[in-house]
Amino acid sequence: MNRYPLWKYILIAVVLALGLLYTLPNFFGEAPAVQVSSIKATVKVDARLLARVEEILKAEGIAHQGLFADQNSVRARFGDTETQIKAKDAVERALNPDAENAAYVVALNLISRSPAWLTAMHALPMYLGLDLRGGVHFLLQVDMKGALTKRLDATAADLRSLMRDKGVRHGGIVRERDQIAIRFRDAEMRNKARAAIESAQPDLLFTELQDGADLKLAATLKPEAQKRIQEFAIKQNITTLHNRINELGVAEPVIQQQGADRIVVQLPGVQDTAKAKDILGRTATLEVRLVDDENSQNPAVMEEAAKGNPPAGTEYYVERSGGPLLVKKQVVLTGDRLTDAQPGFDNQNHEPAVHLTLDSAGARIFKDVTRDNVGKRMAILLIEKGKGEVITAPVIRTEIGGGRVQISGRMSTVEANDVALLLRAGSLAAPMEIVEERTIGPSLGAENIERGFNSTLYGFIAIAVFMVIYYLLFGLISVLALSTNLLLLIALLSMLQATLTLPGIAAIALTLGMAIDANVLINERIREELRNGATPQAAITAGYERAFGTILDSNVTSLIAGLALLIFGSGPVRGFAVVHCLGILTSMFSSVVVSRGIVNLIYGSRRKLARLSIGNVAWK
Amino acid sequence: MEFFKIRKDIPFMRHALVFNVVSLITFVAAVFFLATRGLHFSVEFTGGTLIEVSYAQAADTQKIRDALAGAGYTDTQVVNFGSSRDVLIRMPLKPGQDSAALGASVMGALEQDTAGVELKRVEFVGPQVGKELAENGAIALLLVVFGIIVYLALRFEWRFAVSAIIANLHDVVIILGFFAFFQWEFSLPVLAAVLAVLGYSVNESVVVFDRVRENFRKMRKATVPQIIDNAITSTISRTIITHGSTQLAVLSMLIFGGEVLHYFALALTIGILFGIYSSVLVASPLVMWLGVSREQFVKPQKPKEEAVV
Repeated sequence: MNRYPLWKYILIAVVLALGLLYTLPNFFGEAPAVQVSSIKATVKVDARLLARVEEILKAEGIAHQGLFADQNSVRARFGDTETQIKAKDAVERALNPDAENAAYVVALNLISRSPAWLTAMHALPMYLGLDLRGGVHFLLQVDMKGALTKRLDATAADLRSLMRDKGVRHGGIVRERDQIAIRFRDAEMRNKARAAIESAQPDLLFTELQDGADLKLAATLKPEAQKRIQEFAIKQNITTLHNRINELGVAEPVIQQQGADRIVVQLPGVQDTAKAKDILGRTATLEVRLVDDENSQNPAVMEEAAKGNPPAGTEYYVERSGGPLLVKKQVVLTGDRLTDAQPGFDNQNHEPAVHLTLDSAGARIFKDVTRDNVGKRMAILLIEKGKGEVITAPVIRTEIGGGRVQISGRMSTVEANDVALLLRAGSLAAPMEIVEERTIGPSLGAENIERGFNSTLYGFIAIAVFMVIYYLLFGLISVLALSTNLLLLIALLSMLQATLTLPGIAAIALTLGMAIDANVLINERIREELRNGATPQAAITAGYERAFGTILDSNVTSLIAGLALLIFGSGPVRGFAVVHCLGILTSMFSSVVVSRGIVNLIYGSRRKLARLSIGNVAWK
Repeated sequence: MEFFKIRKDIPFMRHALVFNVVSLITFVAAVFFLATRGLHFSVEFTGGTLIEVSYAQAADTQKIRDALAGAGYTDTQVVNFGSSRDVLIRMPLKPGQDSAALGASVMGALEQDTAGVELKRVEFVGPQVGKELAENGAIALLLVVFGIIVYLALRFEWRFAVSAIIANLHDVVIILGFFAFFQWEFSLPVLAAVLAVLGYSVNESVVVFDRVRENFRKMRKATVPQIIDNAITSTISRTIITHGSTQLAVLSMLIFGGEVLHYFALALTIGILFGIYSSVLVASPLVMWLGVSREQFVKPQKPKEEAVV
């Protein structure tokens, strides 16, 4: 009766084989590698790049242990870190001859030493969290209110030109907190304006107000439009962060949305946090505005403005080169309209310059504005954390059409490069702020792995020794079941590519300690049945059957706690919860199905079984 | 080998009142320390900056404090962390301070003072995040309590559910009481440990209750205290061995896990020790006093109803 049908043995064998297969990559360790990926959308990573990297390494006489290509990158594996660094320099020199205008990111990385056939089966080693491999973690909060305000400002500008085009007379369009207020003299104009705006701007909601003698039309964004703008803002910011981090040359950055308005950035292996923060922290948005030339040349006004009282509708700035100027508040263009920015040189005087490319809407606006303002100055501002800086304020010489704009004058090559990088990396749709930051040094990472590993190892050994002494053969079976549990848990973590952190390793150790509970329950139950006079075979059957209900109940209550942690936990708690929950599931299988399988194999076919090797039961 | 050769049921229920008074006193003490001393929350909850540095030689914390004060950081806490060479620096949140630059500027100040300082980790948490973590922790706790009550009420009976959860929540309060009394740092992993303990020690009650239910069916003539005594006695071997095994794993973490896992393992240790006590010796009397009886489990046979025309 203690025999499993064949399919159950096959099931156990298949599960174990899969477990072994997916655990395997973790044993091969990691090898130093160089990873090449593209910065520019126009430069594709393909087989040609792979061949080129191979050629470069050959030409330099650097031996590699394999070249791999996936969708985003080409990777070369090396025997030691010395060769890796030599190879990185060689590849960097060859692929990016012009360091100022790099097309590729060449980064140091680690890749698994596991054989190709395992990788082909998606059997990858566990993904180690930052606390185990070292690196930087940032949690960025996106300022959604800022995104909406920015959108309203742009809409207000659109409404002004709309009113002008339709010939509607109004008494001023201003943004007041989260609404746009338009003043009118009479109801007829207001109705005309409302009809025009409603057809042009479907995202706005209107309320008509009476303000003294004036009639007012207040426009707010519809809730669904607000939601869309916020969703767009976070997506845009993530894209921008991607671009910026690519410039940093990090091998495997993680950039993910967390919740409605937060972004997690993890940069494994990065130690230079200052630089990372500098690049991430450049929460720059680009704005093009007109300079108020009349007032800027009036010393009296400028003196007053320097004290913080600029004329209405303008703001006081000091240009990079030092000259003060007044810039109109009205925004002509924002960074959204920019599709590319490259450093280069002016065709005529060979001064360093930045070449901008605008999208079609941006090109049209730019053409109109430059046509109307020839001879005047235009300011390009970089807004960082609410504070603006005028990068440059060139004079508009002619109407500029076609969306190709060149900024030049009083710039060094390095500056041109910096400005282009900032602009190209894209402007953020909304400002961001670092709300959480974690830096883990590489030595701490290695220490944490060792600590976690030792905790698990010695915990396991202690439990194993105790179980074998206390329950003899049944103890050994329990230990085998526990090993299966560990194997399956690691296989599952590798398969899911869940991030393993130090609390995760702690959860593995704890899960082992808790999983043995099921086997203790079973073994105790079998002893009790024997004590009460059951035959060995009957005791095995009854022991497993009776214990199962209890095992199920206790695992469900543990799972409830695990799930609550998974849902509400973040960071280290989530790492713990994932492993804890998976461990409970694998332990149900291993401690009940696998251990029974072994017991059945050993005892199931014996007809005349006098006693079980489960320790002393004869004392009653 | 066999540790437990118990031939007669131990009359636990005769001493039920004693067990409950003991646990009530511990509970009240825990609440008292929580109220008077409060928990020493980590930066994850309070917000602030935490910097761990490692020196080549034993570090002089007073010198570090002076160096930081010289750089304008006055309200700092500098303590050794794990070894005399590792130092943990805690800094409170300051409005208007550029958090991003803090790590670098602190390192600058330390390096000026002593060469060979290695930065091991920096953690900065803004005030908003900390508040959310505390809120989420509370929600998670409520969810666990609710989930377990519902499950046990479905699987057993509401009396079991209520007593199990009271017994185990009292464990949670006692763990927190320890953290308040010794002013150990209460961090996110500790919170995880507390919730894991809650799920884990409910197991204990489940095992005993399972036996109680079984005994109600088997031991027709026994009184309720006798049934509970028998249930506890026959599972005590398993209870102690299981907890012993789990404690072996936790002990290994306590010894080899280093500073980061220290308080995590400590919370688990307290939880496991009190878990045995309360889930067996507190939960069972509660069930008894809530008025559990055989009729709730064994359905009386219904007399066959005659067919009516």
